[in-house]
Amino acid sequence: MKVLVPVKRVIDYNVKPRVKMDGTGVDLANVKMSMNPFDEIAVEEAIRLREKGVATEVVVVSIGPAKAQETCRTALAMGADRAILVTTDDIVEPLAVAKILKAIADEEQPGLVILGKQAIDDDSNQTGQMLAALMGRPQGTFASKVEVEGDTVTVTREVDGGLETVKLAIPAIVTTDLRLNEPRYASLPNIMKAKSKPLANKTPADYGVDTTPRIETVKVSEPPKRTAGIKVADVDELVAKLKSMGVAA
Amino acid sequence: MKTLVWVEHDAGQVKDSTLAVVTAAAKLGEVHLLVAGEGVGPVAEAAAKIAGVGKVHVADGAAFAHALPEAVAALVVELMGHHDAFLAPATANGKNIAPRVAALLDVMQISEILSVEGDNTFTRPIYAGNAIATVKSGEAKLVITVRGTSFEKAAREGGAGEIEAVSSTGDAGGATFVGQEISKSERPELTSAKIIVSGGRALQNSENFHSIIEPLADKLGAGVGASRAAVDAGYVPNDYQVGQTGKIVAPEVYIAVGISGAIQHLAGMKDSKTIIAINKDEDAPIFQVADIGLVGDLFKIVPELTSKL
Repeated sequence: MKVLVPVKRVIDYNVKPRVKMDGTGVDLANVKMSMNPFDEIAVEEAIRLREKGVATEVVVVSIGPAKAQETCRTALAMGADRAILVTTDDIVEPLAVAKILKAIADEEQPGLVILGKQAIDDDSNQTGQMLAALMGRPQGTFASKVEVEGDTVTVTREVDGGLETVKLAIPAIVTTDLRLNEPRYASLPNIMKAKSKPLANKTPADYGVDTTPRIETVKVSEPPKRTAGIKVADVDELVAKLKSMGVAA
Repeated sequence: MKTLVWVEHDAGQVKDSTLAVVTAAAKLGEVHLLVAGEGVGPVAEAAAKIAGVGKVHVADGAAFAHALPEAVAALVVELMGHHDAFLAPATANGKNIAPRVAALLDVMQISEILSVEGDNTFTRPIYAGNAIATVKSGEAKLVITVRGTSFEKAAREGGAGEIEAVSSTGDAGGATFVGQEISKSERPELTSAKIIVSGGRALQNSENFHSIIEPLADKLGAGVGASRAAVDAGYVPNDYQVGQTGKIVAPEVYIAVGISGAIQHLAGMKDSKTIIAINKDEDAPIFQVADIGLVGDLFKIVPELTSKL
């Protein structure tokens, strides 16, 4: 069974995004970029499935600017077998991403597609569910455990009140939550080896997908700021405050 | 505009998350509801009483139990022939269903809206709430998820919606519900609690979390939350997590105990009306957003606070 893992190049998790003065977006010039953290978890899960002998090949896909090649190489260094880089300078919305992935899935015929549940830049949380719909296949979103058995996959999902378990017929789509695994770091020898692993260069047009945005961003602004309030000296003062707010009798 | 709102329900009750979505939908036009599930007659009757509701479509059948998105999304698509917008709460279930609907309709979804600015214009958070985007949809039909804390809840009484059965029996297409483990608690649910007491990694272990945080919460009738660090360290289960990847909360009072205030945590609670922080590090980022701060040892402060309230 082949596993397909889409990976996105996004602003690094530890960088605080700054809104551009002209309100057109977030300033990404000279900002550290990394693989979307949820996608790292997806790559890790796919590699573990191959190490367990469940998966035979891990194929990663990145859709984005030419520099997304680095994101592909990171996944290859972690242990993915080969990569497909779909290059475009446009902002590609989740629906268009899902359409490109659908076309790739038609060619590659993976048993599982494992995606991050959301990208930490646009926070859409859509692509996996959309891909499942376009493929007409079941989905297990926000996974904290994935177990493949024969032609089914059992997915434990993080839901609002706790956990839920669903059983899905393969091929199926899984999206990862934070506690599914802890992604490995790529070792230096593996980073070197990754440079010679196969990477296919494609464009959205190769898959017949129009990436024209459907949603217009009118402006991007700073959220309302909270300002630091007061500091109280001791518990008695805090209790007095709470009482004056009507929180405590 | 005719809108269709997916009703999230549990144990025969319409969940609060749905009421905020009704308010958002009413800003766009006429509000119709969809109640799908197994044995959902009482839910449909309760839903019909929500203020401002026109019609309540009811799909009752085994395939719709447990809100499996494969079955529910296909059902919504059938009904979207007569509706212009589909709205769902930005909860685990809503987020699971809505994008599936959007893709089947070939439209781009607008996720987790904070406000309705016009017929097709909305605001939504990006970059974990570090920026707010105003977006305009060019789609013929809208598919939207709604952040519950950003809209008032519609009244549970006052409406007289007309109940209409949907004949569709549904098909979960390759997905089967196996089971669930839902944390049982006498305390208020995080997303609707008026007061929340949250603990962080400074609690050091699960025993401390329970013995320090819970008595204070119980004294205040508060819900209990946690930072990602506390959840990852195993002090409490994942459904306690407040933050970008956990629950988004906006109570009247949020008490952060031993939480440093990472941006991922702040993203989940910074809309709280009053934030109170207790932390031994006076430079902790949590104090930059707190209305009231108390610097000191939580192991002394919190029990003292609990006893004096």
